[in-house]
Amino acid sequence: MAEGSDRKLNVVGVPRRRVDGRAKVTGQTRFADDLTLPRMLHCKMLRSRLPHARIRGIDTARAAAAPGVRLVLTGADTPIPYGILPVSQDEHALCLDRVRFVGDPVAAVIADSEEQALAALDLIAVDYEPLTTIADSEQALATPEPRIHEYGDEANVHKKVAFDFGDVDEALAGADRVFEDVFFYEGNTHLPIEQHATLAAIDPDGKLTVWSATQTPHYLHRALTKALALPAAHIRVIATPNGGGFGGKSDPFNHEIVVAKAALVTGRPVKICLTREEVFYCHRGRHPVLMKFRTGVKNDGSIVAVHLDTLLDGGAYGSYGVASTFYTGQLQTVTYKIPRYRFRGCRTFTNKPPCGPKRGHGTPQPRFGQEVQLDKIAVALGIDPAQLRLQQLVEPASLTANYMRVNTIGLGECIHQVVAGSGWKERRGKIVSNDGMARGLGLACSAYLSGAGLPIYWNDLPQSGVQLKLDRSGGVTAFCGATEIGQGSDDVLALCVAEILGVPPFDIRIITGDTDLTPVDLGSYSSRVTLMMGNAAIEAATRARDLIAPAVAKKLGVPAGRLVFAEARVFDSEDPERGMTWQDAVIHGEAMHGTLGTTGSYKPPMSAAKYKGGGVGPTPTYSYSASVIEVAVDRATGWIEVVKVWIAHDIGRALNPVLTRGQVEGGVYMALGEALMEESAFRRLPPKLSGALVHKMPSMLEYKSPTTFEMPPVETFLVEQPDPRGPFGAKEVGQGPLLPVMPALANAVFDAIGVRIDEIPITPEKIIRALAAKDRRYGPSKFPEMTWPEALKVAPPWEGGDGTASNDKPKKPRMARPGEEGGPPIRPEVRR
Amino acid sequence: MMRCPPFSYRAPTTVDEAVRILAGEGPRAMLLAGGTDLVPNMKRRQQTPPVLVSLRRVAGLREVTADGASVTVGAGLTLAQLAAHPLLRPWTAFGRAADSVATPHIRNAGTLGGNLCLDTRCNYYDQNYEWRKAIDFCMKRGEGGDGWAMRNDAPQGSVCWVAPGSKRCWAVSSTDSAPALIALGAEVTLCSTAGKRTIPLADLYRDDGIDYLAKRPDELLSEVRLGDPSGWRSTYWKLRRREAFDFPVLSVAAAVKLASDGTVLDARLVFGAVASHPVVALAAQKLVGARLTDEAIDAVAAEASKHAKPLDNTDFSLGWRKRVAKAYVAGALRELRGDDPSLLGPHARRAAALRPF
Repeated sequence: MAEGSDRKLNVVGVPRRRVDGRAKVTGQTRFADDLTLPRMLHCKMLRSRLPHARIRGIDTARAAAAPGVRLVLTGADTPIPYGILPVSQDEHALCLDRVRFVGDPVAAVIADSEEQALAALDLIAVDYEPLTTIADSEQALATPEPRIHEYGDEANVHKKVAFDFGDVDEALAGADRVFEDVFFYEGNTHLPIEQHATLAAIDPDGKLTVWSATQTPHYLHRALTKALALPAAHIRVIATPNGGGFGGKSDPFNHEIVVAKAALVTGRPVKICLTREEVFYCHRGRHPVLMKFRTGVKNDGSIVAVHLDTLLDGGAYGSYGVASTFYTGQLQTVTYKIPRYRFRGCRTFTNKPPCGPKRGHGTPQPRFGQEVQLDKIAVALGIDPAQLRLQQLVEPASLTANYMRVNTIGLGECIHQVVAGSGWKERRGKIVSNDGMARGLGLACSAYLSGAGLPIYWNDLPQSGVQLKLDRSGGVTAFCGATEIGQGSDDVLALCVAEILGVPPFDIRIITGDTDLTPVDLGSYSSRVTLMMGNAAIEAATRARDLIAPAVAKKLGVPAGRLVFAEARVFDSEDPERGMTWQDAVIHGEAMHGTLGTTGSYKPPMSAAKYKGGGVGPTPTYSYSASVIEVAVDRATGWIEVVKVWIAHDIGRALNPVLTRGQVEGGVYMALGEALMEESAFRRLPPKLSGALVHKMPSMLEYKSPTTFEMPPVETFLVEQPDPRGPFGAKEVGQGPLLPVMPALANAVFDAIGVRIDEIPITPEKIIRALAAKDRRYGPSKFPEMTWPEALKVAPPWEGGDGTASNDKPKKPRMARPGEEGGPPIRPEVRR
Repeated sequence: MMRCPPFSYRAPTTVDEAVRILAGEGPRAMLLAGGTDLVPNMKRRQQTPPVLVSLRRVAGLREVTADGASVTVGAGLTLAQLAAHPLLRPWTAFGRAADSVATPHIRNAGTLGGNLCLDTRCNYYDQNYEWRKAIDFCMKRGEGGDGWAMRNDAPQGSVCWVAPGSKRCWAVSSTDSAPALIALGAEVTLCSTAGKRTIPLADLYRDDGIDYLAKRPDELLSEVRLGDPSGWRSTYWKLRRREAFDFPVLSVAAAVKLASDGTVLDARLVFGAVASHPVVALAAQKLVGARLTDEAIDAVAAEASKHAKPLDNTDFSLGWRKRVAKAYVAGALRELRGDDPSLLGPHARRAAALRPF
């Protein structure tokens, strides 16, 4: 049982401004680009103007002689490949002999001023031999040569995966109805307000320090160690507060390695701040995904089997792509009972900026398809879409067909809340308006991880560590490698420590994201920080409390078990007057034990999915969301207005409800942008005239994202059913609430004017086209014919399976992990 | 971050001094008013003028003066000042157009003169230098209609990527104020060392994405004159993805002069953002002598919208923009007839929200 679920809470659940709020709203937070150091140089990178070419030669002599230029780097200076995943070490800080998309960096100029560096870029001559441009997944499948990479499953296919969880063909053959739908979800990008920026400097003792707008300082630390061939102990990475991340700052980036290298060569501090256009080239955003769903149901709407194929356009590099590919399939099973499930996924390489993780990582695309298809099934069978879902929710404390372990599931309550809040039963299909616009309601649900069960690289170590320092001043400092990217992780850290020690969160000093000072936390991705860091913080704080309590007990002459830590005091629960200030309590603790410091750590429980690929998808606990959206659609022009969004989120427990609601609303906002306008669209010039393939609109003006004018009212319902695996019962909120919005909106458009838009984004033009189409639909017509590898065959739990594949290669036996049978407990028992 | 190219800065205090500098510097000088169009263009290296002539200190460009029923509006007034100016209320379309430009920050800096002389826009052109390098540039240089100069070594493409077979540039006139002011029959005054000349605003524009202004490089646009608004009603409908930031991808300025019995005495329709210049739709004249019945409106909307020939170089697809053109004309005329905008669909609400009719 996690700490605190059975005691009175003083800080948890209280709406409160965040601990880093003052600095943010007064402009005092120092982001990476705010940093300057004496004698600092500036870096600009020359990027490929061709989408695909061999580099025959680079002449940097003129640039090196230009005014103010101190150094010019090319691929030869950074020859060691790197990449976020151990299986995709396919990037170089500067391209060696091949450029793979417009924007791929080929050289870097380091100069006294940014203007001088910029001017010198034009003096670098690159001799390119153009290669065939591969613009999208279907072209990649049809074009085995030239290969964009020499590695990968075949030709321009990066990864193909296939799973059969039970005999899906048999189940579909026995279904009353089989629904087959093809969907397309266009790529889009994170669009953080802050552009990526990095500053590197050499310390007086010769060590390297890198300040960077990164979500993952630990992984950056590892990548720098590899790419620069330096000992890890000689590199310090400090993650500056991120001005938004959303997954876009979770890879190690070429510019980070380049300025580090430049600092090592010049001995001077070197900074780079990317332009907005360059941020579009860093990308790692949402994969464009083509999907085919075949779903068999009984006449009562219950699902008997799902067969899902996905095709991901990965862009030019691996990034998180292998994980993204698995994610397009693995979480489809954790919302509704799916007795048998086939998932096949394929990721291609194309000559575009690399795709990767964006809020929801790989799951919004299939979630869109599944929830829209369920709406179609409900309509075809004459069942209320809400009821169709409610009648087949996954049971709590159960395993899914693909061995995802569901603990608590608040989805039913989420559906009830949005159904009641929106007037779903009374208003769906019946909204009348006098303004010429058709109105409708749509509903959809979703699930997401509270932290990935496994780290990016295989290890058996804690995934989050927290260290506390307490001293006679009464001061408490919490150290953690977690990274504040705007989501509120600093606040969660302060809050967890404050709750246990009974001091105000504003009194806790927070030191985060510094590989020299803070224990490792894997980073701000996969919605893992609140749960993992929170549990580690609770453990560290509980240990500190347990050091102080006996000293106070001795002084007061009461049993330690009767002591209460609250309101900056430690006192006898049976005689509250009998106590002392927090500072005195720490002094007694320090007197008894010597210098005070504690640590806590967290590692997720072992997954039940033991087949290859089963490492993607498991989590300590899933969050759930449900949304109803009301839209108004103009029949004449197809114009769409979102009237209102109702959203319920299964948060377990809202640690700071202000931030929780902020994350829900932020997720809705980002989702509406994806649903209605955001597109990573590319321009292919007429191939007879040019091989160019460019991002259509790499600017914040023309890459359309909603403004406050487009943001509708949002009514948020927080469903609080504490999950014993979360800190004080909390689950994630950073990503899940984005997921139901896109399909709910598509379903609302159908309710309003009876057309199906099976493609994201949903634009006025697509509505007009669907209105004119015979089948009243706009979307992709087919999924390409392709070969798949032999599926891993894993029998579902209810068919006698044990989580392994019957045709998997045998694995080496290994020691039991925490939480497994025969292994140590997940966390040491904590004394109250 | 993006940096401006180097330039020298001149700060005259009178119109005479400004035009003398222009005459002396020739096409290498550009006028700088609010800078909201020019400065981003300079950062993108679309324009790299060696000399900027700032109008910030020039007196006499920021007044609205009434002369009987007509007004003269200084070109140096900001769009925010115009949108809020009490003397300009009778010219609804103008106020709405000014109020619809970009964002409050940009309206606080951007001026009337700057908006009227706004560089034409195109998705192949309004990109960074590095991006344009990747398409081998296009035929539109960073050169305005008055022959603003680029650096000699500035690269130049030869193709119009919107219409690669075409010999001309199809960049889009994206000014909001011009269609509205043309529909209102405005005139502009251009000053140079040779003196002043006043021309109908419609004559300021040319049907060419590169050479889009009839203003000579040595001329300064000093003021706009609006005639007697008696009997006129006007409106401005702007199509854009979002209700802030965005340039128009289609706009309709409509003005009708009605007799007391509702008969149309005169009518003007002007499209913005469908060509390299604001397009006057002569079909509007067919309303004269009729009343604004549904039949008359729909007939004129169908005919007028043929003037809208958008190309694939802005946000949204061209087919859809063309379709919407008809709905916009019809909607704008219904609004002028007196229909309740809140019942005319989303586009009417968006137009009316800017400024009550």
